[in-house]
Amino acid sequence: MMTGQVEWLHEERELSLAELCELSGLSEAELRALVDCGAIAPTDSDARDWTFGADRLVVARSAFRLRRDFELDSQGLALAVALLERVRDLEEQLRGLRARIPGTPRSG
Amino acid sequence: MLLHERVDRVAQASARSQERGYNAASMKFKDYYAVMGVERSASPEEIKTAYRKLARKYHPDVSKEPNAEEKFKEVAEAYETLKDPQKRAAYDQLGRHRPGQDFRPPPGWEKQFGDGAFSFEDLDLGDLFSAFGGRAHARSMRMPGQDYEVTAHISLEEAYRGAEVTLDLAVPDHDERGLPHRVQRSFKARIPRGATEGQRLRLAGQGGKGMNGGRDGDLYLNVALRPHPLFRVSGHDLFLDLPLAPWEAVLGTTVQVPTLGGSVQLKVPSGTRAGQQLRLAGRGLPKPHSGEGDLFAIVQIAVPSAASERERALYGELAGISTFNPRGHFAQEA
Repeated sequence: MMTGQVEWLHEERELSLAELCELSGLSEAELRALVDCGAIAPTDSDARDWTFGADRLVVARSAFRLRRDFELDSQGLALAVALLERVRDLEEQLRGLRARIPGTPRSG
Repeated sequence: MLLHERVDRVAQASARSQERGYNAASMKFKDYYAVMGVERSASPEEIKTAYRKLARKYHPDVSKEPNAEEKFKEVAEAYETLKDPQKRAAYDQLGRHRPGQDFRPPPGWEKQFGDGAFSFEDLDLGDLFSAFGGRAHARSMRMPGQDYEVTAHISLEEAYRGAEVTLDLAVPDHDERGLPHRVQRSFKARIPRGATEGQRLRLAGQGGKGMNGGRDGDLYLNVALRPHPLFRVSGHDLFLDLPLAPWEAVLGTTVQVPTLGGSVQLKVPSGTRAGQQLRLAGRGLPKPHSGEGDLFAIVQIAVPSAASERERALYGELAGISTFNPRGHFAQEA
């Protein structure tokens, strides 16, 4: 049995570029490519040293899996990640709409 | 509360066969060709095409199929072995068996394809092939530990208060000799208050052990909320249907509203309309760092299905004297 120290992957916690690479398995070049085409956004893109909200780790890990499992090149990967983010965004909007419709309870 | 996330089939099967007095040192066969839906004679191109189709269908990042993660793991494992000519040859030499059947590799197999150092006890076929070839290098190479991902299903009340969860996982790991094994691990984690649907938590270093100085992997916890009989969730806000009798909405009233922190009183102003959202500030889910979401009571006008004669008479009187026209906007000037 192990008791874990738990850390929120929340946008309020910041990760450096190096940390995000290490935790996601992406190389720095791959991560920069994803930022360049807008698939993952740093907190402040004008800053000299990028930092990322910890919730971006979820996206970055997904990017790593997609590249590995679908054997994607960097363009394909950027497109896939951007589309998946849009899907996640839409699903969250849907959840919000469903919560506001009166009727039988639905899952979150 | 026990959350049984995955079952270690091999360990269970070993335990069962030990009970029956069989030799537990064997593996369960998996038919990788059947998993991929190809003939044993399939070309590498055909195998690749089959993989791409199945990956598109079952990859957990893109699929909505039930059991997508499990199915994808099966497919990925099969592809891993069949796409590599050496591994495929070794796999073919294992012979044909029924899927799920206990079997032993033919004599001499270990010498030909392994380095003879295998124990087949509690060994999963997939783990065997993933360690295949390059194991000699792997032994001295610095390898980071594997990350584990698991979903913890909690109730709304647990999200509100925080909860301690116990997660049982069957995870692939390496023993001291670097050989792959399935082990049953138990994790206890305290989910702090402020979790909501889809929130992720990271337990650093609680994943697979790194090898030769490699970093230990992490455990990623994905929070999923179980449906609640009363409340619906959006982010940290909660939504509750508030049925009112017609006279309550017209005249106004005070009602008792359940919240996760206990029952509270809500003043309903006179002339409240259906669909209106009455906000109970701070009565939603707590946010991780500070503050709370809100609870919204969505007004519905509830109509009794059967009215007594006296009620009908009174409603009739009301209809007669009222000048209220809810459909005034239907009559449009041309």
